Amino acid sequence: MTTDENPRGEKGDVLLDMRDIRIDGFSDERWHEIIKGVDLTLKRGEVMGLIGESGAGKSTLGKAAMGYAQPGCKIKSGTIMFDGLDLMAMSEPEKQALWGSRIAYVAQSAAASFNPAHRLINQTVEATVGHNVSGEAESKLDAVNLYEALQLPNPDSIGDRYPHQVSGGQLQRIMTAMAMSPRPDLIIFDEPTTALDVTTQVEVLVAMRDIVEKFNTAAIYITHDLAVVAQMADFIKVLRYGEEVEEAETRKMLAEPEMDYTKSLWSVRALEKPEVESDDIVLKIDGVDAAYGNTVKVLHDVTIAIPRGRTVAVVGESGSGKSTTARVITGLLPPMKGQVTFNGQPLPGDLESRNKDQLQRIQMIYQMADTAMNPRQTVGEIIGRPLEFYHGLRGSARNERISELLKLIELDDSFIDRLPSELSGGQKQRICIARALAAEPDVIICDEVTSALDQIVQEGILRLLLRLQKEMGITYLFITHDIAVVKAISDEIVVMFQGKVVEQGLKSEILTPPHPDYTQLLLSSVPEMDPDWLDSLVAERAEA
Amino acid sequence: MHPVVSTVLQRLGLGAITLFFVSLIIFASISMLPGDFTQAVLGQAATEETVAAFRKELGLDLPAWQRYFDWIGAIATGDLGTSFSGRSASGVDRSRPVADLVAPRLWNTLFLASMTALIAVPLALFLGITTALKRNSVYDRLANATTLTTISFPEFFVAYILIVVLASIFPVFPSLANVTADMPLGERLYKTALPALTLTLVIVAHMMRMTRAAIINLLASPYIEMARLKGVSPTNVILKHALPNAWAPIATVIAFNLAYLVVGVVVVEVVFVYPGIGQLMVDAVTSRDIPVVQACALIFAATYILLNLLADVIGIVTNPRLLHPR
Repeated sequence: MTTDENPRGEKGDVLLDMRDIRIDGFSDERWHEIIKGVDLTLKRGEVMGLIGESGAGKSTLGKAAMGYAQPGCKIKSGTIMFDGLDLMAMSEPEKQALWGSRIAYVAQSAAASFNPAHRLINQTVEATVGHNVSGEAESKLDAVNLYEALQLPNPDSIGDRYPHQVSGGQLQRIMTAMAMSPRPDLIIFDEPTTALDVTTQVEVLVAMRDIVEKFNTAAIYITHDLAVVAQMADFIKVLRYGEEVEEAETRKMLAEPEMDYTKSLWSVRALEKPEVESDDIVLKIDGVDAAYGNTVKVLHDVTIAIPRGRTVAVVGESGSGKSTTARVITGLLPPMKGQVTFNGQPLPGDLESRNKDQLQRIQMIYQMADTAMNPRQTVGEIIGRPLEFYHGLRGSARNERISELLKLIELDDSFIDRLPSELSGGQKQRICIARALAAEPDVIICDEVTSALDQIVQEGILRLLLRLQKEMGITYLFITHDIAVVKAISDEIVVMFQGKVVEQGLKSEILTPPHPDYTQLLLSSVPEMDPDWLDSLVAERAEA
Repeated sequence: MHPVVSTVLQRLGLGAITLFFVSLIIFASISMLPGDFTQAVLGQAATEETVAAFRKELGLDLPAWQRYFDWIGAIATGDLGTSFSGRSASGVDRSRPVADLVAPRLWNTLFLASMTALIAVPLALFLGITTALKRNSVYDRLANATTLTTISFPEFFVAYILIVVLASIFPVFPSLANVTADMPLGERLYKTALPALTLTLVIVAHMMRMTRAAIINLLASPYIEMARLKGVSPTNVILKHALPNAWAPIATVIAFNLAYLVVGVVVVEVVFVYPGIGQLMVDAVTSRDIPVVQACALIFAATYILLNLLADVIGIVTNPRLLHPR
C-alpha cells in the first residue's frame, strides 16, 4: 500500500473500453433510451472530463463505467471492458468484488453520501478491509496518511468524527481518501465539487488532482462546469441528450471547440452588462442586525443601498448572510436592530404590519422554482393570484393580463392550463418571474435564481431579467455565489462574509484590484477557462 | 452534563407531568361513571340511610377534590389504597390492600407480555429485514400477506382457531392458561404458550411492516448507493448501512406494541382464563371498586409513558447527531 507505483500495469495501456453503450431509464411509466450508443476509452493514469447539462446522462454513463445501473436504469447493450474483464458478463457478486477495490466512486454530495451512523475512518477503510485489500490496522494508518496528503486538519483524529461533525469541503476530501484507500485503478468523480463554495472548491480540486497524479490513478471527472474540468482533465468529452457531441484534448477543446453546442456552453461567461451609476436610492437597509431564534446572530450591522432601476449583486459563500438579508427586506425575519427604508419611508419590521402597497412594491424569486410553486395550481392560477390580490383583477381582465405577462416572459397562452410538473426548469423559473411581475413591483429580490439551472438556460433567464429591467425600470437585488452571473447582470456589488458587508461599490471598482483580503480570496477562487489557472493560483497563494 | 442525559432527564420530568394529568383524567372519568360501589353491593332495595352510612364509611361522601388529593397523596408515598370489595354495609371489613390484589396479576401480565415480546420482536425484526432485502419477491409477498391476515382477524378469533388447532385437533398445548403463583417455570411457560402465540400473531405484522418500511425508505439515500458502489454485499448494505439509521421509527412501533401487550390484552386473558391485570380491572369496573380501577388505570398510563420514553431514548442514542454533538 505504500508504493506509489501502480503494480498492475503501465501508464498508457487501455484500462477502460466502453463500446456502443445504450442505457434505458424508466420514467413516465415507460422505458426511454437515455444513453444512445456512446463509446468511451480511458488509458491508465489518464483523467477524462465528462461534461454536459443536467439530463445529458453524464452520471449514468459514469456509473455504467463501473458496470452499475442505478435503480430505474438498465444497461441495454454494449460492451464494457475493464482491464480485460468483461463487466457486462459479470454477476453482481463478481462486480461487487471490483467496486471499492479496483474501481471507486466519489459522489456529488459528500454530506448525503456518508452514512450518518458510522465514524468517518471506518467508512474510509470499509471497502479496503471488506475486500481484503489490506488489514484493518494497516488501512487505518494509511487513511491517516491520505487525510494528511489531502491537507485535512488533525489527520490523526478527524477520522474518529461522525459526518455531521465536519464541514462539507472536508467531507468531500475524506470521500476522496475513501476512494483512494484501496488504491483503485479507476476513480469516478461525480460532480464532486458542485455542492461546495468556490473558496472551498479550490482546496478540494487541488487535493484531488494531486492525489490522482501521485498514485497514477485513472479517473473520469463528471461536471457541468467547464472551468473546473479544464483544471482536472487531460481530455474532455461533451455529452448531450445521451449522445457524444465531441471529444478532444483539454487545451484544444477550450481554444477551438468544433461544435456549436460546445461553444454555447461558454456563452454565459461572455455575457456582460455595462454598469450604470445612480444615486437615486429606492431601498436602503440601515445598520441591520438579525438573528434566528434570538440566539445565533447571523447579520452584523448590515448597510446596503440599492439604486432605482439598477441591479445590486450580493455575493458571498453559504452562511455569509445573503439570504437572511433578503428575509429581513421582505419582512419574513424582523431585524433586531436597524431598519429598512423604501423610497425614504421606513418599512415595518415584520410582514404582518406592512400594508398591501408596501408588500406589493417588493417581490421575491427563489432558487428552487420547483418548491416555490404549488404543484396543484395551474400556471394561470399561480400568476392570477397576485393580480387578484394586489390589483383586484377578475374574469377577462385578469385573463388578458395573464396573457400579457406570459408574453413578457417569452411564453405563450398554451401554458395557462399547465401544472408546474409539466414545465422544464427554465420555464418554471420564468413563471416565478411572471408571478413577481404580476404585482408590478419596484424591487425584485432574486435569491440564487439561476443556480439550479444549466448554463444555456441560465443565460436565457439572465437575458430576460436584463430586458425586463430595461423596459420596465425594475430594481434587482441579486443574490448569488456565481461571479460569472455577477458580471453578467450587476451594476453594483456587495460582498458579504460571516454576516458582515465586506465592501460595496460599482462593479468595476469591486472587480479591479486592490481588494480587501476576503474579496481577493473569493474572486481568485472562481475557476477560469484556462487549464493553467489552478497551477498559477496555487503558486500565487504559496508565495503570499 | 452530556446532552443525552439532560434530554432523558427532561423526558422523565415531562413523563411525570403527563402522569399527573392522566391521574386527573382517570379520577374525573371514574367519578362520572353512573352508580357507585354502595349501590352495586346493596342493590336497588337499600334504604337511603343505609347507602349514606356506607358511603360515609368508604369516604365517598367527601368532596371530589379532597378524595383526589387523598388518593394522589397516598400514591406519591407508594400506597395504592385499600380495595372496596370485601367491605359491607354491616361494617364487616374483609378488604385487602390494592397492592396485594394488583401485584400478582401485574406479574402475570408482565410474564405473558415478556414471553410474547421475546418471540414477537426478534421474529418481526427478522421478517422485516429479510422482506426488505428480498422486497417484491414471492417470500416478501407471502410474509406480508400472512402477517396481514393474522392482524386482520379479531384476537379472540385467532385465539379460538389456535385452541381448535393446537389444543383440540393436535393436543400440543393446553387451552386453559390458569397459571398460579407457585407453578414451576416450565409448566408456566407450557400453560402460557397459546396466549403468547395468539398475541404474537396479533402484533408481529405491525412491527414487521414498520421495520421493512423504515429500511426501504432509507435504501434511496445516497449513502446506501455509495455503500453499494463500495462493493458492500446486499445483506451488509441493509444490516450495516440501513438498519443503524432505522432504529428510531422501529423502536417507536415496538414500544407501542409492547405497551399494548400490557394494557390491551383483556380479551385474550378472558379466552384463556389467564389471571392478568386486564381481567382484574374489568371485574373492578363492574363492581365499582374504584381504588382498584384507579390503580390499574394509573399502571397502564405509566407503562405507556415509560415505554415511549424508552423508544425516545433509543431514537436519541442511535442518532449520532444527538449523541455526538458538533
